Amino acid sequence: MAFHSKELAKAYWRENVKLLLSLLFIWALVSFGFGILFADALNQFQFFGFKLGFWFAQQGAIYTFVVLIFVYVYKMNRLDEKYDVQED
Amino acid sequence: MMDIRTWTFLIVGLSFVLYIGIAIYCRAGSTKEFYVAGGGVHPIVNGMATAADWMSAASFISMAGLISFMGYDGAVYLMGWTGGYVLLALCLAPYLRKFGKFTVPDFIGDRYYSQTARTVAVICAIFVSFTYVAGQMRGVGVVFSRFLEVDITTGVLLGMAIVFFYAVLGGMKGITYTQVAQYCVLMMAYLVPAIFISIMITGHVIPQFGFGATLADGSGVHLLDKLDGLSAELGFAAYTSGTKSTIDVLFITAALMVGTAGLPHVIVRFFTVPKVKDARKSAGWALIFIAVLYTTAPAVAGFARLNMINTINGADSQGTEYSEAPTWVTNWEKTGLIGWEDKNEDGRMFYSGDERNEMHIDRDIMVLANPEIADLPAWVIALVAAGGVAAALSTSAGLLLVISTSISHDLLKRNLMPNISDKMELRYARSAAAVAVCIAGYLGINPPGFVAQVVAFAFGLAASSFFPAIILGIFYKRMNKYGAITGMVSGLLFTATYIVYFKFINPAASVPENWWFGVSPEGIGTLGMIVNFAVAAVVCHLTPPPPQDVQDMVESIRYPQGAGEAQVH
Repeated sequence: MAFHSKELAKAYWRENVKLLLSLLFIWALVSFGFGILFADALNQFQFFGFKLGFWFAQQGAIYTFVVLIFVYVYKMNRLDEKYDVQED
Repeated sequence: MMDIRTWTFLIVGLSFVLYIGIAIYCRAGSTKEFYVAGGGVHPIVNGMATAADWMSAASFISMAGLISFMGYDGAVYLMGWTGGYVLLALCLAPYLRKFGKFTVPDFIGDRYYSQTARTVAVICAIFVSFTYVAGQMRGVGVVFSRFLEVDITTGVLLGMAIVFFYAVLGGMKGITYTQVAQYCVLMMAYLVPAIFISIMITGHVIPQFGFGATLADGSGVHLLDKLDGLSAELGFAAYTSGTKSTIDVLFITAALMVGTAGLPHVIVRFFTVPKVKDARKSAGWALIFIAVLYTTAPAVAGFARLNMINTINGADSQGTEYSEAPTWVTNWEKTGLIGWEDKNEDGRMFYSGDERNEMHIDRDIMVLANPEIADLPAWVIALVAAGGVAAALSTSAGLLLVISTSISHDLLKRNLMPNISDKMELRYARSAAAVAVCIAGYLGINPPGFVAQVVAFAFGLAASSFFPAIILGIFYKRMNKYGAITGMVSGLLFTATYIVYFKFINPAASVPENWWFGVSPEGIGTLGMIVNFAVAAVVCHLTPPPPQDVQDMVESIRYPQGAGEAQVH
């Protein structure tokens, strides 16, 4: 067991899952939400010459995805250090 | 002034020399180097290679063309394929890297302590990979036949020879560095014409901005508004709203997301970096490299749509005289991918979405024909050819590796002949790759008439089988083999039945009124996945929990510490 105690292992995993869920929430919001379900409503707004819903579906969602992964990398590395389970 | 053909020989030839040179330089010496490049690849390099692996001939050649004809609906591919990548990076890659073996069947087999599960996974992996690789070979053939003016068979044979050479000799290490070179070639080939055309149409250097900008003809009209206007005039659905129902778009996007997250040839890439930390980082880099192409593609689609309509229908929308048809029309007519039938016998070509239409235009040619349509110099057109070939080759090499690994490692070493030596295993892996190249080439030359259906099939199957099994394996310690196997089998059966019925048995019935909940066969993998999860959860609670050592294994893949290099057993 690399963790100092079973409780720490549990706490690490809970924080990990919480981070995942919040990132996946944004993931679903920009793609399924803004890009598809609310696309018609957002299309009322103009955004640099695009209808906003259309922009999310064909551009914005992808940019958000890239940011999400880097946020994940940064936060996970911090989390590993906090619980002292990073690689040597 | 050199013509297109000479330029194509020159540029494609030079790129081949480069790939082969790299392959010889990085020859694999051991099974480990063959499978995972010795685990010593820098995250950025690995990210670039992953991007090349990921972006197939379909991404490069077909996607912008599809979007060009589908408008808003094309977003299913854009969001589906990149969004699936997020799932992969967040929920799968780091844990599978910590697990530390080479293949997806390895994970399924060990996690569910069952040879049956392993075998099911091997068969799925091989099926998905073959479906893909056949499409890639076809892509190479199309590019060569148009630009080198040889027949498709010769084109495919040439592609086969190259892939064989560097995948079989170099293994993962050779492939990784070759793919980096291929990424550079294919990105240049995609961006150069996109930038040229963006400047011509909107005056913007960056296509992503040009896409939303006003036209450079002084009219002050936005490109997208112009496309919406043209669509209305010509009887198409508005470019920015599309024709599919919202629920169908939702399900197709989700099916593509989970389907791509389960693709074995991309997952295996994360075993080639030294650390879990690097696996995470390299996933991020890969998505940046992918996003460059995926955000350019819809812009290319919009520009191509406008250019195509304008050159065929003429600036006054009265149609262009066939005798004065631009050269791209006559060139592609020879390949049979464009057709003109003078219905009203006025000698003019006309393209529309209603009964006035006289043109048949294959969606796959848009990216390849785009620089010709825009009248760009011959070397740009040759560059696009080289890019298409690079995209097809990089993906096929990755897939061939998965096929050969599945056979030599999962099937022979882990199942049938556990006692073979390292050297023998490598020999089997190379022969399996050789056989796979031949089969793929054959499928490329004689494509089954239903390539598109088979591809829908592959995604649906990956979505409804692999993905839930892997996710549950990592995030639900209590999941046992009974739940996983019944889940996979019921998800597979459900999805397969739906697709086979609507695509093969009764294609005439495949209309929205007959679909369950309005979900097309392309999107049914999402429902299949839900079925899989549900069945797995129920069965799992009625059967005993997995043994303690498996539960400990799940514990240990959940944190990075102690991840060595990927292990040979």
